[in-house]
Amino acid sequence: MEVRSPEFKQAARIALQDANLQQALGNLKAGFPGKRAAAVARLPEFDQLRDQARDLKNHILEHLDLYLEEFERNVTANGGTVHWCRSADDARRTILDICRAQGAKTVTKGKSMVSEEIGLNDYLEAHGVTPVETDLGEYILQLRGDHPSHIVAPAIHLTLNDVATAFHEHHKRPRSDDPAVLMQEAREMLRKQFVAADVGITGANFLIAETGSTIICTNEGNGDLTQTLPKTHIVVSSIEKVVPTLEDMTLFLRLLARSATGQEFTVYNTLSSGPRRPGDQDGPEQFHVVLVDNGRSDMVGTELQEMLRCIRCSACMNHCPVYGAVGGQTYGWVYPGPMGSVLTPQMVGIENAGLLPNASTFCGKCEEVCPVRIPLPKLMRHWRDREFEQHLSPAGVRYGLKFWSFFARRPALYRWFAGSGNWVLRLLAGKKGRLGKLPLAGGWTDHRDLPAPSGKTFMQQWEARNR
Amino acid sequence: MSKAEIFNRIRSGLRVQASDDVRRAAVRARLDARAANLIPQRAQLPTAQRLKLFIDMAIESAAELVELQHRSELAGAVESWLADNGIDQLVMASDANLTDLAWSGNGLVREQRPAEVGDAASLTNAFCGIAETGTLMLYSGSDSPTTLNFLPDTHLVVLAASTIVGPYEDAWQKLRQATGGQMPRTVNLITGPSRSADIEQRLQMGAHGPRRLVIFLLHDE
Amino acid sequence: MATPRPRVGLFVTCLADMFRPEVAFASVKLLELAGFDVEVPRRQTCCGQPAFNSGDREDSAAIARQTIEAFDGFEYVVGPSGSCIGMLHHYPELFADNDPWHQRAVQLKARAFEITSFLSEHLDPQRLSGSFSGKVTYHDSCSGLRELGIKRQPRELLSNMPGVQLCEMEEAETCCGFGGTFCVKYPDISNRMVSNKSDNIRATGAELLLGGDLGCLLNMAGKLKRDGVSVEARHVVEVLADMLDTPPIGAEKRA
Repeated sequence: MEVRSPEFKQAARIALQDANLQQALGNLKAGFPGKRAAAVARLPEFDQLRDQARDLKNHILEHLDLYLEEFERNVTANGGTVHWCRSADDARRTILDICRAQGAKTVTKGKSMVSEEIGLNDYLEAHGVTPVETDLGEYILQLRGDHPSHIVAPAIHLTLNDVATAFHEHHKRPRSDDPAVLMQEAREMLRKQFVAADVGITGANFLIAETGSTIICTNEGNGDLTQTLPKTHIVVSSIEKVVPTLEDMTLFLRLLARSATGQEFTVYNTLSSGPRRPGDQDGPEQFHVVLVDNGRSDMVGTELQEMLRCIRCSACMNHCPVYGAVGGQTYGWVYPGPMGSVLTPQMVGIENAGLLPNASTFCGKCEEVCPVRIPLPKLMRHWRDREFEQHLSPAGVRYGLKFWSFFARRPALYRWFAGSGNWVLRLLAGKKGRLGKLPLAGGWTDHRDLPAPSGKTFMQQWEARNR
Repeated sequence: MSKAEIFNRIRSGLRVQASDDVRRAAVRARLDARAANLIPQRAQLPTAQRLKLFIDMAIESAAELVELQHRSELAGAVESWLADNGIDQLVMASDANLTDLAWSGNGLVREQRPAEVGDAASLTNAFCGIAETGTLMLYSGSDSPTTLNFLPDTHLVVLAASTIVGPYEDAWQKLRQATGGQMPRTVNLITGPSRSADIEQRLQMGAHGPRRLVIFLLHDE
Repeated sequence: MATPRPRVGLFVTCLADMFRPEVAFASVKLLELAGFDVEVPRRQTCCGQPAFNSGDREDSAAIARQTIEAFDGFEYVVGPSGSCIGMLHHYPELFADNDPWHQRAVQLKARAFEITSFLSEHLDPQRLSGSFSGKVTYHDSCSGLRELGIKRQPRELLSNMPGVQLCEMEEAETCCGFGGTFCVKYPDISNRMVSNKSDNIRATGAELLLGGDLGCLLNMAGKLKRDGVSVEARHVVEVLADMLDTPPIGAEKRA
């Protein structure tokens, strides 16, 4: 996928003026946060589970190589194959090779953000294999030639009208504006595809080392049809998703749906352990797990290791006021919101994605709701540190900071500086008590007045009193 | 090639020493112990309350519930449910405890096979119920094709009340015992019928899986 | 002879110093009411947060060392801002564990408190008295709320002021869009956030917006003024200390 993160600011401006998008984003704000809060309130142990989940993820990451070995051993014992892919390109080619070996013409796909990360659809299409997205949201996006704006609700940036229009154009049926009717249309259209597909590709929410299983957590059932009906099932996932045992997976399952959609549990939690067994009447004949690294192993042992705890629940973006204002596509790559602002620079380079970790007020809401307690603001600050070190932050910011800190490191000068600024602002404001315009402060005064100082600086007044 | 590179990077990131016996032992211990993490109080109720919780949570998840005292009532109950809903075709799992029921044979085409597109209803056993969230556990085998759980418009599931456990952890234990520690190819945890909120966050039932999930709960088993 | 009163070093904060000295005076008054001797160390400047949040670790650490020295010897360091005091709590992160400054930073952190949380521990609420009467609404500033756990403290203090009627706004805990340099680096997004906040404030019917951080208050007051909304804004300590002679934030000077 093309990286458009350098255009974040322009994209944000456009997004803020896009009435349709703003209407769609209103649905997000009205939905997920309240539902999560209600689900959390029903489970008194929720915060204790978060602590355990954080600690368990830390344990897993400290032993990541060993759990991955165990996972591979058990997948193989189940009759499946694990493919190790260092880069996105390795992963794409591996998947294409499996499809070609099956002579596959069409593949159905369950929702997978890793497949977005590696740009799988475009690649398959360019090489003669047609991917068919089967998750309702992803299906809508594929019809529109669009990309996900959210890691759980991929079409959250669209309105009912957008969907009705896309379906009317592609399905050649009378237009309906009833979401129930639209969903039935998609159901009917995709039934044929599920059966016709040669290969089914899904993601995985977790990889279970103990049993060599993968699990998908879904509500629609499309992932299950995708992986059960074709002759070959390919799971594309990333290395940090491994967990030791079914019991350990359970800890994360208790947190995942509640954090994501506020559900007690997703409707379908499906464990897959290899291809069909002797005597089985259905199920895939081949089972492949394509494990993607794509920069993750480089995060191990660094400050960013904490980001590898992420279970992709989307709570951080659901609660982020910046995401809520501009939507996911503004972020310009696959992963939006706070988790994306930490991951994207790792995957596409801080020189391309520096605007993302800066696009946060550090309000801390993301960290407050994260089920595995990732300190997202701290990790965004980590990227700001790298950016500053590498002289990537804008010159104006750098010089401005140096100028300011020259004074801040000299108390007497600082007091003089504050006193002068205070005097100028009061002079400019006069009796009005505020400024509507101020040179060099357009970022502030374009949208709001600047309250003027109410009097001389505190230091001036305090010294005068205590002289 | 890629595998070695990935593992080298992980190990150098973790500053793993040449001998990592301590790490290996920690991993082995965790894998072997299969220890439960924190289990919520809600999942640890006495039997009667556990059953009630299962029923409440299943209904909350939009599953439908038919309560029966004895298995002898099951065939009749399934047949009349289907008749009431205008369904005259049923694909079912070939477990003996389903096929040996006293089916009347009136007006209902019953087949034992994997599901196909267009099937109206399926009937399967559930391996157990999980009270914590009103969840059913099913697994695949030669008698129970997975497609039965997903393709038909309606999924009818038989659940013995005695198999309802509190937390998921108990279900894993039960599963390991039943299968001799070998994971079945597919294990399905199912909580209500299929749904999607991908259009404007408005919840619609019946996305790609069954539109209706009906649990026949047998109290005497 | 009475035992000497414990000494508090007031961390003035840049914005209180430059824009609203009344906030610092109100803090002094309240701390004295609570039985402390208040001093204002002259070596203090800014907490260093603008540098810290912009990735400039070197200047952040230099400013941290200066602040640590400035407040050496005080039993407590108290400031009228959750954001700036929150920054003081970040100081240990700026030094390696084996750096002697690390330990000093940890010690400063243990002594540094935001004003409302400090008063809720140390001030007998019976001693509060104020003339303000009317409906107020309270914005929870992010740093105070999430880094320092400040939520109930200002509300409890206000509940001892008989004339104050608190009307909670929707999304009181949602960021106002200030975010330090964020508001000028991403002005459009910041504007959307403060517009939402302004709507929520207006919907309460309160006549006065209170908060514990001047950055947020300047932002929200500036927006309310720009939009012609009649809700006024003050730092909560102004009401608690009954220092209401100065016009509200950004309001016209009285003739």
